[in-house]
Amino acid sequence: MDPKVFDVEGADIAWCPGCGDYSILKTVKETLSEMEINPQELVFVSGIGQAGKLPHYLKANVFNGLHGRSLPVSTAIKAVNPELIVINVSGDGCTYGEGGNHFIHNIRRNPDITNIVHNNMVYGLTKGQASPTSQRDYSTPLQINGVFLEPFNPLAIAIALNASFVARAFSGDMKETKEILKKAIKHKGYALIDIFQPCVTFNKVNTFQWFKNNTYYLDESHDPYDRDEAFKRATESDKYPLGIFYMNSDNITFEEGLDAYKTDKSPLYKRDIDMEKLKKLIDSKK
Amino acid sequence: MLIDSSRKDVSIVLCGEAGQGIQTVETILVKAIKKSGYNVFSTKEYMSRVRGGENSTEIRVSSNRVFSYVDRIDILLALSEGAIPHLENRITSNTLVMGDEKHLKLFSQDKYDLLNIKLLEMAIEMGGAIFSNVIAAGIIACILNVPKSVFESCISEIFSRKGEEIVRKDTNAGIKGYEIGKELVDSGRIDIQIEKNSEVLEEILLDGTEAVGLGCIAGGCKFMASYPMTPSTPLQVFMAANSEEFDMIFEQAEDEIAAINMAIGGFYAGARSMVATSGSGFALMEEAVGLSGMIETPVVIYIGQRPGPAVGLPTRTSQEDLNLALYSGPGEFPRIIFAPGNFEDAFLLSQKAFNLADRYQTPVFILSDQYFADVFYNQPTFDLEGLKVEDHIVETNSNYKRYEITVDGISPRGIPGFGDGLVVVDSDEHDEMGHLTEDLDIRIKMVDKRLRKLKEIDKEIVPPELLGGKEYKTLVIGWGSTYGPIKEAMCNLKDDNISFLYFKQLYPLHHSTKESLIQAEKTIIFENNAQGQFADLIKVKTGFEIDKKVLKYNGMPFSVEEVEKSLKEFTEG
Repeated sequence: MDPKVFDVEGADIAWCPGCGDYSILKTVKETLSEMEINPQELVFVSGIGQAGKLPHYLKANVFNGLHGRSLPVSTAIKAVNPELIVINVSGDGCTYGEGGNHFIHNIRRNPDITNIVHNNMVYGLTKGQASPTSQRDYSTPLQINGVFLEPFNPLAIAIALNASFVARAFSGDMKETKEILKKAIKHKGYALIDIFQPCVTFNKVNTFQWFKNNTYYLDESHDPYDRDEAFKRATESDKYPLGIFYMNSDNITFEEGLDAYKTDKSPLYKRDIDMEKLKKLIDSKK
Repeated sequence: MLIDSSRKDVSIVLCGEAGQGIQTVETILVKAIKKSGYNVFSTKEYMSRVRGGENSTEIRVSSNRVFSYVDRIDILLALSEGAIPHLENRITSNTLVMGDEKHLKLFSQDKYDLLNIKLLEMAIEMGGAIFSNVIAAGIIACILNVPKSVFESCISEIFSRKGEEIVRKDTNAGIKGYEIGKELVDSGRIDIQIEKNSEVLEEILLDGTEAVGLGCIAGGCKFMASYPMTPSTPLQVFMAANSEEFDMIFEQAEDEIAAINMAIGGFYAGARSMVATSGSGFALMEEAVGLSGMIETPVVIYIGQRPGPAVGLPTRTSQEDLNLALYSGPGEFPRIIFAPGNFEDAFLLSQKAFNLADRYQTPVFILSDQYFADVFYNQPTFDLEGLKVEDHIVETNSNYKRYEITVDGISPRGIPGFGDGLVVVDSDEHDEMGHLTEDLDIRIKMVDKRLRKLKEIDKEIVPPELLGGKEYKTLVIGWGSTYGPIKEAMCNLKDDNISFLYFKQLYPLHHSTKESLIQAEKTIIFENNAQGQFADLIKVKTGFEIDKKVLKYNGMPFSVEEVEKSLKEFTEG
């Protein structure tokens, strides 16, 4: 399938020139086309932020909701229609800050969705404040003497919660990112892909070159089914590992746990209410 | 004590500590009374604790249908020492107080009509103090002429899930109570004669929560996400309990914010969805009410009101959140607010809420409260004839535009995966395709489009119901759960000059409102809040200022006596 299928005609892209979001967008389109996924069966759900705008530049069904609240929406969409492919995309502020509580409980729920998080360690849309993943000593107009809070570690948290798929990628490495994304989308259960991405306008510390110098790929000796090892690798910060840290296919997905699909696999919109049953229920009150 | 049979109803109150099983007694008795062919009504008031405190349940048995709380207590069954002090203001010389000696010994025979029964001693003989509640139920069942077999079958029904041994013990305790009741009746100490009505046997017995819940199922609800909060939790429990049978999904969310965003996501993907919450929980949902308005994706919101602000009085009742519902969410968009006051309306309006939400693609509220959610009574069964889950979803084509500008403001709503089109929704201002825009001309078109839906909604506002003659001098106004006490007070007063205008849809306000108000010489409104929120809404929308506001905000519902007294003073004054 031609990746152009996913182009949105006349889209007025609001990202800064050179933004890492462009390569993520391109990678996502290529991934989807190589996987032969039709826009009609695909729903992109996002929150607010520069990353949250991505679905507007990609042909699919779109739910661009509130800041931090995209994961509950994704969960519900997949739950009422498991035939849809649901990809949740938003930034580090939206997913780990405003939506932190949802991030945690979404991992526990384990819906069969893919969660792409653009992680540029800064707030872009609101112009350069710290994000939950900003590193120590990073100065901003609000953190005037530099950030002194412990940076949020999404991978370690996800592994601690026994998430079903945990990966990190770098937007500059499109080929590698595409392979991780394919595996994430194919994976049954919740898949987190935190994507390092430079913000050319507001983050002058964690630049393209910085990410290049401070990351490396997990090699073949890494066993993604080894949770302890995965956790250990997720806490590394001298250099940040990239790749698939952890996989766990043992947990049932949220949809699999729902009674509504025990005998009938069809989406809920195709089902009518059984008035005879309702009459019986009312009569039981006699 | 002799209950005057001409009064045709008796009010029995059971009072004890949390954990003593008073609710179980209530459940057994209301069932047994109804199955014996009497009209029954019950309401409870309780403290926010799992053990201790003082909780009470009022059960009214009557020959005519009643469905409201009265202050009057004919028989008080005191199951704790604190019962009498707790209900002191409602106990009169006509109240027969029954209880164990241990619980009554501090109180004087001169002040109270006391009847000592060795409840505890008997209960311990039967296996433990906890059985005193079922013994008490047996006494009440007998003095109300509930046939023994009916009473026993209700005990079996309630305890069956706990196993045979428990059923046997409870049945024995119940029978013991029944025998004591017989002694009391035979001795002439108690004589209650309430007329039976065979029609009651064919009726249904339920609480306000179930009436709403059945309506939601009939409305095609397929998805509910919520966070437990009194007094909305019972509706969550009801929907969860019925989810398997009716192809519904119930999810307990991590917080109210997740709950409502899930519900909106559910509706977006084609499943009629709802949330249930209470004041503070709804405050957390407010942002997403705006989301629903903006992306024109429906949601049905049930608010069980309780006194606020903040945590307030968790287990008490109020009508304080009309303004919260009415003004929730940033920006301007249509909404609909229902406030049913009886079970029939609760059922029908909850059903309708889903059709309207789907048709107008906007939030629809069902306002209830602790009192309404928890009251039980019998009533004719719900008629499903003519009730339809309207289909408002369109199959999209490749040119589909989610926000197509239309004359009535309603853009045909597609869902993802159904048709060749794509369904794009955005919480930013957006163009017809659904993509975000900062074009200020499109902005105006979209605001106008969304608000044009109000004109359509206006065409089918549920009118207020007038109880009483059309030629009235005094008009009483009420909404939601004050319906019961106002209606019964009106029946008692038998004054042709007074009529009652009962509002079940609060917003948008029906066009006839002003006309009905100006016809009256005097107007009076009853509300369970401190500021007269609905009176204010009427003033804003019609310019009419209601003469007298009777406002109760101590967390208790209006009693029939209170309404009667206020109306008498108002009409005579």
